[in-house]
Amino acid sequence: MEKEQEDQVRTAAKKWAKQRGSLVMALHEVQGALGFVPWDAARIIAEEMDVPLARIYEVVSFYSYFKLEKPGDVVISICDGTACHIKGSPGLIAAFEKDLSIACGTSTEDGMFHLQAVRCIGCCGLAPAVVVNGKTYGKVKPPECATIVKEWKAKMKDKMKDKVS
Amino acid sequence: MADGKNDKLKELAQKQMAALDKLCEDHKNRHYLIRLYTCDAIGCHSGGSSDVIRSLTEVINSHGAMEKIRMVPTGCMGLCGKGPLVRIEADGVKPAMYKLVGDMLARIIAAEHVIPLLKWIEGGRKGEFTTSQFLKDNELCLDLPFFTRQHKIVLRDMGHADPENLGEYLANEGYDALKKALFKMKPKDVVEEIKRSGLRGRGGGGFPTGLKWEFAAKAPLVEGEKFIICNADEGDPGAYMDSCIMGGGPHQVIEGMMLAAYAIGATTGWIYIRAEYPLAIQRLETALRQCKKHGILGRNIFGSGWDFMIEVRYGAGAFVCGEETALMASIEGKRGSPHMRPPYPTQKGMWGRPSCINNVETLAAIPIIMRQGADWYNKIGDEKSRGTKVFALTGHAKHGGLVEVPMGMTLREVVEEIGGGTDTGNPVKAVQTGGPSGGVIPASQFDAPITYESLNEMGSMMGSGGLIIMDSTDSMVNIAKFYLDFTVDESCGKCSPCRIGGYQMLKTLEKISKGKGEIADLQKLKDLAFAMKKASLCGLGQTAPNPVVSTLKHFEDEYTTLIKK
Ligand SMILES: Cc1cc2nc3c(=O)[nH]c(=O)nc-3n(C[C@H](O)[C@H](O)[C@H](O)COP(=O)(O)O)c2cc1C
Ligand code: SF4
Ligand code: FES
Ligand code: FES
Repeated sequence: MEKEQEDQVRTAAKKWAKQRGSLVMALHEVQGALGFVPWDAARIIAEEMDVPLARIYEVVSFYSYFKLEKPGDVVISICDGTACHIKGSPGLIAAFEKDLSIACGTSTEDGMFHLQAVRCIGCCGLAPAVVVNGKTYGKVKPPECATIVKEWKAKMKDKMKDKVS
Repeated sequence: MADGKNDKLKELAQKQMAALDKLCEDHKNRHYLIRLYTCDAIGCHSGGSSDVIRSLTEVINSHGAMEKIRMVPTGCMGLCGKGPLVRIEADGVKPAMYKLVGDMLARIIAAEHVIPLLKWIEGGRKGEFTTSQFLKDNELCLDLPFFTRQHKIVLRDMGHADPENLGEYLANEGYDALKKALFKMKPKDVVEEIKRSGLRGRGGGGFPTGLKWEFAAKAPLVEGEKFIICNADEGDPGAYMDSCIMGGGPHQVIEGMMLAAYAIGATTGWIYIRAEYPLAIQRLETALRQCKKHGILGRNIFGSGWDFMIEVRYGAGAFVCGEETALMASIEGKRGSPHMRPPYPTQKGMWGRPSCINNVETLAAIPIIMRQGADWYNKIGDEKSRGTKVFALTGHAKHGGLVEVPMGMTLREVVEEIGGGTDTGNPVKAVQTGGPSGGVIPASQFDAPITYESLNEMGSMMGSGGLIIMDSTDSMVNIAKFYLDFTVDESCGKCSPCRIGGYQMLKTLEKISKGKGEIADLQKLKDLAFAMKKASLCGLGQTAPNPVVSTLKHFEDEYTTLIKK
């Protein structure tokens, strides 16, 4: 972890340490800032909040929301809640898996894409729904999955270019 | 307390009350010729309602008409499957609603409906106001049974009010019930009123709310504390009522929580909300900020001498944390594992303090019941299940969305009239209620009324309000497998009947759906289900077999067909 991130984690931990019932909140804040909960961050939280590291590990691994490893740059979340399931989310999962040649729950080798199934995201009216880095696609049909991947590949390419120039 | 300090507190309370009155009056005194509502709840929001609002605003602005038109981003309007939705209202004019509104349509609506309507009104309403055929084709008929057959109590303001506008909530009698309780009622009168209303918990169990409050009220403080907890974890993986209630009426939930707190003598409130609902969280946080700023939360509320604060904590993707004892463990910063009851949370809950847990929808009903009275509320619905219930009507519903109906309405009315049957044109085969804890109900039993008891009798349950319509092409074995897969995944693993039993049931189901099952497997499923129901520690394990048991009960032939193949 870089110094700047370390400070971020420490500030979050210090803030929540003052309030009871806030270990999960501190973890949320850290994941919100870093995208996942790295080991070093867990260590800092343990220190600042006076919680045994073992407890933090127990909590982080219990709650599926928390990630211990860095996710891909583009996270594709396919809703597999009941409404979306009935409206064909299994077909979407298969289509993304095929297009990216990875299994659901894993990332592409270059770390660009991560594929995951999630439970109801609250817009069942748009079933089946897919969320990519916060952008929602509704009433998605399997052939559209490849288009979505292309769209994001292009976006990432532009972003890289911006960084270089 | 020293007199000087007392005076200061009094003065502050008076100032805050005056500011609130002004907010309310300002809202009431602003008149607009046209009200333009855009649904900005989670479904329509994800469908692009922000762009719609921007486009409408741009066009209206370009005509310099912003002063005359009230733009209202609202909570869920109900027909989420046709969103984003836009509704146009003006006094003396029939309201119009547009469906599937995108950026372009929004511009056309503004330029060719809203602005001409404004000119027509300003010009003295000469002749009849009409719109183009193109626009008419994009309208939704407001006489649909979907709209006319509902009875909105909890959802009363959704679709009409801006959830982030405190003045509007106050103008709609918001916080009146709380003021009345604080100044004119004893805590036990509030408990009595809710008992008499017949309200039962909407989180699934259906426990009488007034009775739960009575237990909680009797429990003495521990270390000077007692808690009221709002369960907004909404774990059912295909339902979003609580998300929309919280996002569309955060002040309503807060007021309900405060009334509960006053009734039971709670010192702090906690809201445990799913982290996967950022929009609802954002609106809740806004509402809480407003309350703190205006002295609705904090010390000496409305000058009554009563203090109360609300804390928010997020869930982290564990279904079992919707169970009350697991929820409390989660806030305490532990893994969310349930524990044995008794002791019940109302006696010994979070950090050993008495804690009363209520669902979002339960709490959202409280201010309205207190405003209109128990006698009004208990006349709605069924003898043992009073009031209304909100459902998320999804799956193959033709008109899917968020609906609120009086208890006792038949499933047929909800499915066929309000839901309009299927979107595929295929016949309805069954509905699923109660999520992973519930079961399927075949179309042949749709004349049964929606009550806690009748749904239980049919092998399902009320649950929190997911109502999934399945058509003749949907496989019942598949749906059972889907739910079991979910509960096995979500089991906390603390007790073996749930951990091992669930896994074995799932393996057996997978074997059957692959065509490798034997008839003896059906008995095996039933035996495992029985053991899980009897021996599991918490509701998750006890009810997890329900989807399998109910599909076996009503659709055993679908299992045997797969086995015979
Ligand atoms: C596995 C499981 C999950 C639950 N999930 C929820 C939930 O998401 N929301 C909820 O309000 N209640 C849920 N409950 C019920 C709660 O334990 C509790 O009964 C309820 O919040 C009480 O509120 P009420 O009396 O207002 O219904 C769940 C129960 C179990 C066993
Ligand atoms: S029944 Fe299942 S979820 Fe409940 S305590 Fe036992 S293992 Fe955990
Ligand atoms: S089930 Fe997918 S959004 Fe609700
Ligand atoms: S979210 Fe817009 S109608 Fe429900």
